[in-house]
Amino acid sequence: MTEDDAAVEIRSARKEYPSAAGPVRALDDVSLTIRKGEFFTLLGPSGCGKTTLLRLIAGFETPDAGRILLEGRDITDDPPNRRPVNTVFQSYALFPHLSVARNIAFGLEMLGRPAAETRARVAQILRLVRMEEMADRRPDQLSGGQQQRVALARALAPAPRVLLLDEPLSALDLKLRKEMQRELKRLQHETGITFVFVTHDQEEALTMSDRVGVMRGGRLQQVGPPREIYARPVNRFVADFIGETNFLEGVARGGAVHLPAGAALPAPGGAPAEGARITLTVRPEHLRLNAPGAGRLEATVAEIVYFGPAAHCHMKLDDGTPIVARLEEGRMPEPGARVGLDFAPGALQALED
Amino acid sequence: MARARPFSAARLPGFAAMAAATFLILYAPIATLVIYSFNGSDSVAVWGGFSLKWYGAAWENAQVQEATMRSVVIALAASGIATVTATMAALGTTRRGRFPGQTLIYAIINQPLMAPEIVTAVALLIFFSSIKVATGYTGLGYLILAHAAFCVPFAYLPIRARLESMDLTLETAAADLYATPWLAFRRVTLPLLAPGIAAGAMLAFVISLDDVIITEFVKSAGQDTLPTYMLGQIRRAATPEVNAISTVLLAVTVALLSLFFAVTRKRA
Repeated sequence: MTEDDAAVEIRSARKEYPSAAGPVRALDDVSLTIRKGEFFTLLGPSGCGKTTLLRLIAGFETPDAGRILLEGRDITDDPPNRRPVNTVFQSYALFPHLSVARNIAFGLEMLGRPAAETRARVAQILRLVRMEEMADRRPDQLSGGQQQRVALARALAPAPRVLLLDEPLSALDLKLRKEMQRELKRLQHETGITFVFVTHDQEEALTMSDRVGVMRGGRLQQVGPPREIYARPVNRFVADFIGETNFLEGVARGGAVHLPAGAALPAPGGAPAEGARITLTVRPEHLRLNAPGAGRLEATVAEIVYFGPAAHCHMKLDDGTPIVARLEEGRMPEPGARVGLDFAPGALQALED
Repeated sequence: MARARPFSAARLPGFAAMAAATFLILYAPIATLVIYSFNGSDSVAVWGGFSLKWYGAAWENAQVQEATMRSVVIALAASGIATVTATMAALGTTRRGRFPGQTLIYAIINQPLMAPEIVTAVALLIFFSSIKVATGYTGLGYLILAHAAFCVPFAYLPIRARLESMDLTLETAAADLYATPWLAFRRVTLPLLAPGIAAGAMLAFVISLDDVIITEFVKSAGQDTLPTYMLGQIRRAATPEVNAISTVLLAVTVALLSLFFAVTRKRA
């Protein structure tokens, strides 16, 4: 990647907040490059620092250390009103005393654009978010989904270099959220603007993003395309946070990982050091149920949980380790049944803790 | 179908009698005052037929005219000063995160509500008289400043209430949309705050208008306001003229306070 491709560069950013129990480290030496035109998602549990990072890019916070560059220009010390980035707030923060059209025009007016140009741009953006009918309404006369669209329109109107979205869909119900996810993808595609999206919803991150940055405790854990993050998590936290997975802990002996339940599994990625403790992971959809004795692992079925398109078969290995398989079709085993579990060798991964 | 009724104070024994007694005690004196303002006789206690003559007398009374003008000037100036001060104080205490000493700051701003008024009056009297000696100035400025001081909390409370109901993210959003701090204030904070400021100003105006204790202590000779003039009249010979002035003052106050409630009830 060349320098010219970078929309946002974060260089060794640190941020601490004071609290009653001493300073809390919100960002701990985070470096990250977000490319021009990509849909980048910051994903993590609450308190992981993802919103702090977003606020740093917007200029609502300043880093204790580190620099922030926008298309190669250092903006670390610029106030928010001098940064060509706009934000869609979690609470929308629409101006309640202004009509939809005036809300959308606000940024352009502050930039001192000519009135005619502003009017034309507002009309164009209203069409883009399909809110032409609502131009003269006040925000409190709109539904949650409509307010969301206005917040988006208001942030897009000044054509920012980067659009920041702070958990904008979290207040919407599931159906509307799915619809807005598609809408956001469409808008990003049509405008070509770089989107930086913050969410704690891993499914949302996987379906919408070109790349995802997974955060925990103020640190970036892994950055990559959704497929890579799902298929090749770098550590146990990422594997656990993204989708569902099984963890099998064992000890390396003679090039294999011996589980407490008795089975030995091939060590993925080369022979580990003799005696090392290894955590293996295998996704539920990679497990196949066979007759007892026909497979790499033996387990006892505990419970079947249906959820529409498929079912999860919860089982226990002989030492009590829980393990889950996803069953798409066919006959479901009865609780208490003995089964053999098999999987392709490539489905197994070793993880750092 | 029988079902358990929720608790209601209205069904407690003696509720109706208690409520009636309370309203009687609250409003009977005021009703009497208003009725006797239309008294045709010279007495505040003996009814002499309906007449508007005391309103006419008050209207033509040069002393009443002068005191009224003085009251209005002081109330306008003092509520103006108090409202500007209170607005700045409210912005300073709410348009930011919580900070150490916040409760103490609230207490300091609201101090005039808690200190006995007579103490404030004596303190102002002593303070101002030393300034009077030093400067020789004896104008209305002392009364205006004194009124402004005790009006601040009355203006502060509705303004702060309004600001607290306003999302702090609004100013952040304005800054994000290229507004300088001043433009964010003028285009977002101020228009949303306007009803709170209007309410605070009206409350401060009414409070200043009917003050007696502090005015009585601070005023120089010949600086009677309407309330201190009325107090002086009653000490000598009370005529229904005082009732007439009181009734007008009551009407003005009720009108302003109704406006205050109308303004504060309208939400952002």
